[in-house]
Amino acid sequence: MNPAQSTQGTVKERAGVALNNDFLRNAVKFTTERLRSGKQAASAEHGNWEEWRERGRQIRLHTIAHLDYYLNLFVDNARKNGVHVHFAPDTAAATDIVMTIARNKQAESVVKSKSMVSEELHINRALELAGIETIESDLGEYIIQLAGEGPSHIVIPAIHKNRYQIAELLSEDAGEELPPDTTILAGYVRRKLREKFLGADIGMTGCNFAIAETGSMVLFENEGNARMVTTLPKTQITLMGMERIIPSWEDLEVMATLLPRSATGQRLTMYMSGITGPKRTADGDGPEEMHIIIVDNGRSEQLGDPEFQELLNCIRCGACLNVCPVYRHIGGHSYGGTYSGPIGAVLTPALNRNVAEWDDIANASSLCGACSEACPVKIPLHDMLVYLRRRKVERGHGNRWEALGMKGFAVLMANSKRLNLALKMGRIAQKPVVHNKGITLKIGPLKGWNTYRVTSPMADHSFRENWQELSEDTRRTAPPMNAETRDRMEQILRQRRASGIQGGHHE
Amino acid sequence: MKVSLFITCLSDAIYPRVGEAMVRLLAAHGVQLDFPPVQTCCGQPSYNSGYWEETRTAAKTILKAFESSDFVVSPSGSCTYMVHHYPELFKDDPYWLKLAHELEAKTYEFTQFLVQVLGITDVGAHFPYKVTYHPSCHGSRLLGVKEEPIALLSQVRGLELVPLPFAEDCCGFGGTFAVKMSDISGAMVEEKVDHIKETEAQVLVGLDMACLMNIAGNLRHRGEQVRVMHLAELLYEGVGVS
Repeated sequence: MNPAQSTQGTVKERAGVALNNDFLRNAVKFTTERLRSGKQAASAEHGNWEEWRERGRQIRLHTIAHLDYYLNLFVDNARKNGVHVHFAPDTAAATDIVMTIARNKQAESVVKSKSMVSEELHINRALELAGIETIESDLGEYIIQLAGEGPSHIVIPAIHKNRYQIAELLSEDAGEELPPDTTILAGYVRRKLREKFLGADIGMTGCNFAIAETGSMVLFENEGNARMVTTLPKTQITLMGMERIIPSWEDLEVMATLLPRSATGQRLTMYMSGITGPKRTADGDGPEEMHIIIVDNGRSEQLGDPEFQELLNCIRCGACLNVCPVYRHIGGHSYGGTYSGPIGAVLTPALNRNVAEWDDIANASSLCGACSEACPVKIPLHDMLVYLRRRKVERGHGNRWEALGMKGFAVLMANSKRLNLALKMGRIAQKPVVHNKGITLKIGPLKGWNTYRVTSPMADHSFRENWQELSEDTRRTAPPMNAETRDRMEQILRQRRASGIQGGHHE
Repeated sequence: MKVSLFITCLSDAIYPRVGEAMVRLLAAHGVQLDFPPVQTCCGQPSYNSGYWEETRTAAKTILKAFESSDFVVSPSGSCTYMVHHYPELFKDDPYWLKLAHELEAKTYEFTQFLVQVLGITDVGAHFPYKVTYHPSCHGSRLLGVKEEPIALLSQVRGLELVPLPFAEDCCGFGGTFAVKMSDISGAMVEEKVDHIKETEAQVLVGLDMACLMNIAGNLRHRGEQVRVMHLAELLYEGVGVS
């Protein structure tokens, strides 16, 4: 396995590898900048973006709140359409269902369109172990499959590679030297995949949205490969997370606006396929047999959890990755899971219920909130990162030294006299290390900080020590408040009281 | 009318000049600030690290300190926003919850107070330099302070405001993040400073001393001469020399 993709060690260690990889950082930076400026332009051009975001959020909130109802409705309708519907509580069950279908069909090859759930389940590995050739047909997925890596972005799986690295991989695959020209490289993959589509026994897809009212599944894509996967092979297997449901085609209109604009800045995705059951007699093409596997794998754990249920609202657009300043520097593999960036940092521990790993991933964020602001369905990701940190502490998995430090912090902050004393002691203690009004010492907690900075020392006198003099001075010299200002302030106080907020000096 | 100053730890201990600029600037507009000396820290370091019980201790100190204030004004968008988490911290404790709702309603970041409460955008300052502005994440994104600083800066005589590329990107501070994930934080502040250098500004101005301390620290580490100021300092200095 590629070292950049290793799930060994801590986020900090994996990030350290990425931070020293200029190819990766430049490639990720280049593409995320293009995507986020595209998104900015597309949401501004939309005209009613905030209103549609709220609409999207309400659809997702409503669906997830009534997920049992809509799932049942979807399953009933899909079965009426002739689809075989399966439920998989976890990875093992999902893999088992896929393998059973493959055995029954005596399948020798599977061609896939892009599916994050299949990555989550590591389904390719299981198929290949059984000797079944498994080919990714999304260009980015094809590239990382050749490289033996997992996706480093939800939407752009090979975002961490530049065209020279891609040309190298594809040249090896082709057995001839291909130039680093994107048109030529894509042309090679197109020719190669055409044969695979024609020869495959099973087509495997993910699912962007499942429409409850008709039991249909909808795929968004830009390359046309998913359409090939769902038309040519005789058997279709669709893997879908149990939360992919939306109630109606009318709701899809909102999602079809929010998702591509948020993901890539496109007004619409190039291909949007709505598939309602296998091929009917009158149809020219399409699979003869169609299976939908509905995967839980930790999702139902979030149902009823007031702090994390909204995770299920995610439509997997990747907008939070594209604006994340941490993701931009460390890339997706540093997150150590299938899902990366802010959504991955929350989703991975939530799905795995893995308390021991929580600290690691949730701490790789400055809590800047860019993710929550970018999210087309307004998931408060930066708040969730704090909830993860808090749960870890509450369950006794916090760092011992940090816990001790925080106890000390509380003792100081409970009483300003103690804080003052601590500040005075700090001022004395810093004296030997302050040179030229700066601290450059690189030990203890200052080691990492001062590798990149010179620290400002504490002032000779704190504000509170200066206060008496300052206050007397301004009282002596400043003019009285004018009537207009007083009126404005009193007006605000009246409004505040009218809204039910009491308190203050004027009580 | 009791208008109290919530000084915040960094302005108290490291940058008292920011507090002084605020006090003198507001006094010039007839607002005499009160300073409850019992105030300590808003509790953000422990809140963001997941230690909410410890945060409640700090929050109670702040809630008591400003109980009798009509307005509270602070030189930090981040510490101002922290107060908005207090109701969540005390949701099961009616006594503190009431105080938390009150404090949330009456606390303003410095430019919010000037523009929204006092209705002032022109303080009569003159500051003949090329300036760029970094909008700190919590102030701009979470508290929603976007227009106010620009309104104030655009009224300063002689000041040339140059846009900062990717201004809305985090500077990499993030409290304990800068210590725990120091290399990621370092990469972020390096990029921020690259963008600041691109503007060729003489002065970087902001509304949050934590972010400014981070950026100033990297500027100095790299030997850059850009001056870093809180907007209150810039306006006060601008009034002084006009």
